[in-house]
Amino acid sequence: MPVKSYIAFPRVGMKEQLIEVLKKTPHCEVMPALNKDVLVLVTDTADDQEEEALRQILYGIKELAHLNLVSGYSDKINQTDEKSSEHDNE
Amino acid sequence: MNRRHFLKKAAAASAMAAVAAMLPGVLFASDIESDHFPPGIDWTKAPCRFCGVGCGILVGVQNGKAVAVKGDPNSSVNKGMLCVKGYHQTMCISSADRLTKALVKKHGKYVETSMEEALDLVAAKMKETIDRHGKDAVAMYTSGQSTIPEGYVASKLMKGAIGTNNLECNARLCMASAVAGFLTTFGADEPMGCYEDIDHANVFILWGNNMAEMHPVLFSRLLDKRLTRKDVSIIDLATRTTRTSKAADKSILFKPQGDLAIANAICYELINNGWVNKSFVEKHVVFRKGKTDIGYGLEDKFAFKDEAQPIDFEQYKSFLEDYRPDKVEALTGVSAGDIKFLASLYGNPNKKVVSFWCMGMNQHTRGTWMNNLVYNIHLLTGKISQPGNGPFSLTGQPSACGTAREVGTFTHKLPKGVVTNKKHRELAAKIWKVPYDRIPDKPTYHATEMFRAVDRGEIKFIWIQATNPLVSLPKTSRYRPGMQKKSCFIVVSDVFPTPTTDVADVILPAAWHIEKSGLYGNSERRTQYWDRMTDAPGEAMPDAWMTIEVARRMGYGDLFPYSKEKHHEEIYNEYRQFHAGKQHNMAPLAILKKRSGVIWPYIEETGKSTLWRYNSKYDPACDPDKDFDFYGNADGKAVIWQRPYEAAPEMPDNEYPFWLNTGRVIEHWHTGSMTRRIPVLHQAVPHAYVELHPDDARQLGIVNGQKVKVISRRGTTILPASINERGLPARGQVFVPFFDEKMLINDVTLDAFCPISKEPDYKKCAVRIEKL
Repeated sequence: MPVKSYIAFPRVGMKEQLIEVLKKTPHCEVMPALNKDVLVLVTDTADDQEEEALRQILYGIKELAHLNLVSGYSDKINQTDEKSSEHDNE
Repeated sequence: MNRRHFLKKAAAASAMAAVAAMLPGVLFASDIESDHFPPGIDWTKAPCRFCGVGCGILVGVQNGKAVAVKGDPNSSVNKGMLCVKGYHQTMCISSADRLTKALVKKHGKYVETSMEEALDLVAAKMKETIDRHGKDAVAMYTSGQSTIPEGYVASKLMKGAIGTNNLECNARLCMASAVAGFLTTFGADEPMGCYEDIDHANVFILWGNNMAEMHPVLFSRLLDKRLTRKDVSIIDLATRTTRTSKAADKSILFKPQGDLAIANAICYELINNGWVNKSFVEKHVVFRKGKTDIGYGLEDKFAFKDEAQPIDFEQYKSFLEDYRPDKVEALTGVSAGDIKFLASLYGNPNKKVVSFWCMGMNQHTRGTWMNNLVYNIHLLTGKISQPGNGPFSLTGQPSACGTAREVGTFTHKLPKGVVTNKKHRELAAKIWKVPYDRIPDKPTYHATEMFRAVDRGEIKFIWIQATNPLVSLPKTSRYRPGMQKKSCFIVVSDVFPTPTTDVADVILPAAWHIEKSGLYGNSERRTQYWDRMTDAPGEAMPDAWMTIEVARRMGYGDLFPYSKEKHHEEIYNEYRQFHAGKQHNMAPLAILKKRSGVIWPYIEETGKSTLWRYNSKYDPACDPDKDFDFYGNADGKAVIWQRPYEAAPEMPDNEYPFWLNTGRVIEHWHTGSMTRRIPVLHQAVPHAYVELHPDDARQLGIVNGQKVKVISRRGTTILPASINERGLPARGQVFVPFFDEKMLINDVTLDAFCPISKEPDYKKCAVRIEKL
């Protein structure tokens, strides 16, 4: 059940196109910066297989120059992050 | 809203905070708002736990646990923004190695002990030490992270109950030069302006201050002003290219210690070009000079006392002849053109200028002088104590001002004034209800000397609260073995294990920030209150309550009649008496509970903060017949000090050819004991590194990431090289952040200090670099 957030950098001049592509990509929620060429991307997948499939899609997006993972929450993987996010649990 | 949605919002908040760290000033439409969080969360205001900016936070608590943090939109400090550390701060609370039980060392091993028994032991050891060796054999070393009540009871125990001035705090390591600068120039501590200056100024000149990483929320406010107003510019004056330099309109690099000559050269230009505000200077300024060739404090028991001599304007002008811009080019590495440019900004009557600084100027063997010199610039031009015009020293810790400086947890200080002043001792004795002659009239050990005294065996009991000196002191290569000696019984109160708890005889588990109620005071004189929000784990308790419990066990119960539930309120109300009057009136607790902080002096008649001191338009403590009144000095005038350039105590040579500069990174706060336990931050910067200039690296055959030794005359540490990454040192210089206890750069640094402020210089010593 991974939830991850990324910083996404578009290729030069392709911010708007990247926003449109990501909006149409399943499991993705995009939050563009208003004054910089950068986006925040939050992904929400059901399992590791879906996560891997999404990863392949993201890496194939030609408008995307670079993707930086910031945080991840998962019931299975990354125990450190899960523990750190304990305070985020209900 | 379900748990899944909540996790997504938390993930988004982390990413936005990370973007804000990388690109200060970035704005998101979908900022995290309260309605994104699930119902049933109680939001409570507090100041942030980390730096001295004092951002307002709202902590979300559900089922007794802190579940989220967001910026407080009602706080005028941060207006809802937070930095990456701020958003993640509560994540450290549940770290697996959290201290929850008292630990007492028995036969070389730590044994879990009840708090009752541990506090009995601490009190008995303290009392026994006093009985056998005298009251000056015991000491307390506290923190700019201690709350106001915590600092206050520490001062009352040491100075009022026991009767020793062996009380110091880690703010000596970061803010003492600012204090000494304020006191010598204005006769009163702390900035005259406030953060609202940012909204009015045209020019921001940053003196050795990597504000983009150290004070990111304030820097965002600068960038925001520049975005919305065309007449705003930011000038970065530094020894190393940083994220601040890259965001600035102009970056000027200078040679280490060259800032002394730059400031004097600016003053030369101001006078030479007729840019002095003569009316202001004639009415509000006097000129003085002090001693020169004042030493560096490298030897134990170093003593220095400055002596002020009056001079006149012409003598001062003549002194500045040595600092003509072209004459100081070689010394400073700054072109005469750039110095003239800086002077033209300060000298332009149509521009409002704020100077910001922090550790670059303060951690300096001539730190007091540097503070004086920047004040000189603002006094010569009259650009001071007005909206958008003023010098502004920023602090590093959340209550360096509120606790260390205002409560006075330094050896020479009292909650009001200094121990050497009879009236101040009398006031303290009256409020504390102790005999006047119990408070000694002489300071004892400043921070560095306190740990030298431990090493020498003079201090035989020390209680360290909320700080980690075996990572933060300079030259830990001396002070760690000193603390390991059996001659001193060491008590450490902390939230997490650190290299300092490693040498303790007793470790006391402390409550973290939101697990207790308290008050902090930030860089702009803003006092902020917060309520306890969650329970501390195990037997962890507030530092103030530990101090009270020990005081009672030592027989001082009548002086500490506070209740467990309300002690923070009772202590604040007692402390507030010290500052009664127009110059430093503290807001009543009832007001602080309602608002996101109040800037002192609080004006009772209007219920308002005083935003600009010494200006009679805003400050009711001024003589109303004067436009400006520097009432900290008896004559109501500020002092322009004649302070020369003097070289650093240790400079690169053939054997140690590089300057070492140390500092911080945005992801970690000070010694990393909290932020290294926050996985998002730890993973972002998991270890320290040494930045090298690429040409130096090439010459040494060092590639990025390669392990190298940084070696000084004091010690060695091994770190990976960082080339063309976050920061870029000038050729012949290296930079190392100090947050990493596993790569202890303070084993390498020098314990030289400013002879006036006694603040060590962490920014300059000589090292060599060797490949492994």
